[in-house]
Amino acid sequence: MQEVKAAMAGTIFSIDVKVGDLVTKGQVVIILESMKMEIPLEAEVDGTVTAINGQEGDFVNEEDVLVTIQS
Amino acid sequence: MTNNTTNTAYNKKLEEITARVLAGGAEKYHRKLEEQGKLFVRERLRLLFDEGQYVEDGKFANCEADDLPADGVVTATGRVGGQTVCVMANDSTVKAGSWGARTVEKIIRIQETAEKLRVPILYLVDSAGARITDQLEMFPNRRGAGRIFHNQVRLSGMIPQVCILFGPSAAGGAYIPAFCDIVIMVEGNASMYLGSPRMAEKVIGEKVTLEEMGGARMHCTVSGCGDVLVENEEQAIVEARRYLSYFPANHETLSKPTKAQDAKEGRSLEEIIPENQNAPFDMYEAIEQLVDENSLFEIKKLFAAEVITTLARIDGRPVGIIANQPKVKGGVLFVDSADKVTKFITLCDAFSIPLLFLADVPGFMIGTTVERQGIIRHGAKLIMAMSSATVPKVSVIVRKAYGAGLYAMAGPAFEPDVCIALPTAQIAVMGPEAAVNAVYSNKIEAITDPKEKIAFIKEKHEEYKQEIDIYKMASELIIDEIVAPHNLRSVLATRFAYYETKEIKKTSRKHPVYPV
Repeated sequence: MQEVKAAMAGTIFSIDVKVGDLVTKGQVVIILESMKMEIPLEAEVDGTVTAINGQEGDFVNEEDVLVTIQS
Repeated sequence: MTNNTTNTAYNKKLEEITARVLAGGAEKYHRKLEEQGKLFVRERLRLLFDEGQYVEDGKFANCEADDLPADGVVTATGRVGGQTVCVMANDSTVKAGSWGARTVEKIIRIQETAEKLRVPILYLVDSAGARITDQLEMFPNRRGAGRIFHNQVRLSGMIPQVCILFGPSAAGGAYIPAFCDIVIMVEGNASMYLGSPRMAEKVIGEKVTLEEMGGARMHCTVSGCGDVLVENEEQAIVEARRYLSYFPANHETLSKPTKAQDAKEGRSLEEIIPENQNAPFDMYEAIEQLVDENSLFEIKKLFAAEVITTLARIDGRPVGIIANQPKVKGGVLFVDSADKVTKFITLCDAFSIPLLFLADVPGFMIGTTVERQGIIRHGAKLIMAMSSATVPKVSVIVRKAYGAGLYAMAGPAFEPDVCIALPTAQIAVMGPEAAVNAVYSNKIEAITDPKEKIAFIKEKHEEYKQEIDIYKMASELIIDEIVAPHNLRSVLATRFAYYETKEIKKTSRKHPVYPV
């Protein structure tokens, strides 16, 4: 299992997966916006998305769990 | 005949004692090494030195005791890649590599030898720390363990100091790696901590594993105490030899260039670097197009990955590269990034390795978390190190360089030998979106019609972009040169060659007052 966590404080710019999606290692699952930059967050394992926390535009803190992937 | 007989008897004693010393500790400790995937100290030295050859001092230390061959440390001089180097190497089969009085004296003496010969020193660490039973003889005195660290500090920046951590470096012993230029750690076996998990449980009530407390991976990814994480001992030795190939013997000599190689085949910089300043890309791919193929030696790859610090060669000449990584945390600078870059700059500057800055940085991170961590003093520390470096400095503005990010990346005010812009460069106090918000926030709020609001913001963005246009910057002599991305490699090679004669001025002051 992998918990994709916010790399830094910012807002959710886009969520690129849905619960139930199959994802592969290295695939971008969510993009944050912070310091005017797009911050892509990647899956570190192959697996299925089992949970997504938050919606586009939400403020998130560093280390917040955004996506859970069951491998 | 009598003489010969006598000689033979003498020789026999010498052979016997030598054999006992060279065998190290008891058989059961050798088996333990094998179980842990470790090599015996003399095998490590054989792999490290050219042709496995070395001379050794203090081999007979404590030879009158039965169980303390060489007193648990081998101190040797030999060659690595043709360069003479000194080495101290713990023997963990002898009392777990712990330090007695003669162990400490031997380490101090090999440091003194390295200093006199003006050659690099390597510390092959695998030690449980002080022999507490011997503390009066080895801990507090003038030539006690503290002197080892005092010597390390004195030698810092004079000769390269390399640590390979094969096993534990506990308590006070943990300062050996801490004072080295670089620490190579073997995953699974290397560890570094002031207090062991057992001690932590007794003294502060914390229950953790050794790996959590001070394992190699933790130190190379979280604490930043480790620089290079390797899978096994052979790889650690190969990396140490490779690292030294970038360095001169001491601060008064220069690194040797190697044969120039072409850059790796790949996409052009024009294809790699997106025009949209906010879009991420992989800076490694850009670096590969600028340096000789297979010439990277990256330091702290797994730590603070938003900035890359790597040794490399351009046209065969060693260079230290500091590059923002827009793919990780947007390339924003944090407190850990400041630590990483500061150490790397001081390392390269001490040993006359020129610096290349590749800037694509939105600035230092903002927000309460980093303010509480002291992001300002950490940023000041980085800027002081960069500003104090007197080696040739080439600053390349790849895309954005905003605010203090421009300063950190050797912007024009910090006397780079040249500040080059790519056509995608954008230098400003802050990016267009943030700047327009800052200047016109009241006006923007006052506009009620949404369409009108968007049109107004867009107009102000365009005006701002005109203001910070890169040709305007070149016209004002803020930047020295604009280079087409596909020409950057050859421009860098030429300029670094020209800058080789740069005068290094030494000031009469002792040192600045460090911000941290």
